[in-house]
Amino acid sequence: MLKKIPPDSPRCAHRPAHDIVGPGAAPITLVVNGIARALSIVPATTLAEALREQLALTGTKVACDRGACSACTVWLDGAPVCACMVLAIDVGDREVTTIEGLAQNGPLHPVQSAFIAHDAIQCGFCTPGLIMSCAALLAHTPDPSESQVRAALGGHLCRCGTYPHVIAAVLDASRRGRSRP
Amino acid sequence: MNRFEWMTPDGIAHAARAATATVATAMISRSGLPATDAAVLKAGGIDLLDLMKEGLLSPHRLINLLSIPGLDRIEPQEGGLRIGPTVTLAQLAAHEAVRARFRALADAAGASASPQIRHLATLGGNLLQRPRCWYFRSRAHHCARKGGDTCFAFAGENQYHAIFDHRGCAIVHPSTCATALVAFGAVLEITGPTGARRAASLEAFLRLPETDLQRENDLLPGEIVTAIRIPAHPLTTRSIHLKQGEIDSFDWPIAEVAVALDLADGICRRASVVLGAAAPAPHRAAQAEAALSGRAIDEALLRTAARAALEGAAPLSRNAYKLPIFEALVRRAIRAAIEA
Repeated sequence: MLKKIPPDSPRCAHRPAHDIVGPGAAPITLVVNGIARALSIVPATTLAEALREQLALTGTKVACDRGACSACTVWLDGAPVCACMVLAIDVGDREVTTIEGLAQNGPLHPVQSAFIAHDAIQCGFCTPGLIMSCAALLAHTPDPSESQVRAALGGHLCRCGTYPHVIAAVLDASRRGRSRP
Repeated sequence: MNRFEWMTPDGIAHAARAATATVATAMISRSGLPATDAAVLKAGGIDLLDLMKEGLLSPHRLINLLSIPGLDRIEPQEGGLRIGPTVTLAQLAAHEAVRARFRALADAAGASASPQIRHLATLGGNLLQRPRCWYFRSRAHHCARKGGDTCFAFAGENQYHAIFDHRGCAIVHPSTCATALVAFGAVLEITGPTGARRAASLEAFLRLPETDLQRENDLLPGEIVTAIRIPAHPLTTRSIHLKQGEIDSFDWPIAEVAVALDLADGICRRASVVLGAAAPAPHRAAQAEAALSGRAIDEALLRTAARAALEGAAPLSRNAYKLPIFEALVRRAIRAAIEA
């Protein structure tokens, strides 16, 4: 489940066997959706590229590739980040959660159900990233105000303009979460 | 993005010795092509990856500062705070002591970039990031800051550029946190390759183009910013940071203001007023500070101070619109600080 990063924790506790690796391929281990995966990547590989091209987890979308659109949002130790602006080799032992890890062989995450109920999807390209941000928001702030939802979505670009439906979906998922026994 | 070696240093001295260039020096060239033999330091890596993906920086080796333990702490020190360079903007914005005593810094960190970037970007990297000028960020424009002959902004699209101190280059300093930190009189602790430390006031460390056209600061190759220190301020100090963008969501500011006022018995004992997105370095509005200091602040005085904050402004062909925005923002910031 979600872990908050304590302010004083070393965020890269692992150390490679050698001081210098690359520019060619080097072995790394990524913990993705709870499973340790051994990979061989060049240091210039972003986390988004490693997820999509090596692990075939193509739910994480890459649009701008510059941290400007948030389509590639995944969680690192529960915090939403742009996977295009993290090098895979820099992830270390932090846990990666992707859209594929949100509901594995089970019921949909409440945010996913609310997106369907509120028609918060058009072309769908920004949707996995939006869902990861919304789910992270509710994990830390189960009862957000509309302005907190807007702030959490501030980095996302949806050129279809689904924002009002997304906001309604998150607020609805929050209400449903609270009414659960 | 070019391929590169990835170095995990043993500690600060090891990292400093391995660095052959700063990002700024690795980007200066006559040819317009960045150096391909540079070993540069990397913290959160946000600006670094952006520059590399754009082909503006092609380092041969990245030295990963995130692997050095102990650089990501926020600790009380001599009545102020000592902040490690790899503290993220998200941690800074949420930190209780920062929020309680240096609110303008928490506000500034929380107003920077997007939530996703704030979880990755570090304070050190935020202070040292390269400017956002679209000519500087364009491979097709070999501008004066990258070793070319011209600042394209003077005759070009300069609506987001400087209104002060733009001699030779019209960038605005890109760090929102720097605006707040200059208002608090922050001091940088900088460690060199021999392990020797020097202290530099952030205000003096950040350079104007008339002093150095190609670097925004005084960092030398092999030096690492190892701490950002905020000195003690009287408990009667109230601070605020206000940012104005074109849109409310994720955007760079077109104007921002940090104000720190020491208010006691209705009198402003000391005022710090700093403008961001106004000049190539955070711009201290000295005349506004002088107008406020030693006085009881009423509506008339804060209007006078807001006008005084723009003393010496020299807008370019497309950015005179910033003047009334800054004036309104300074008024609002002073009012908000009094009410804080």
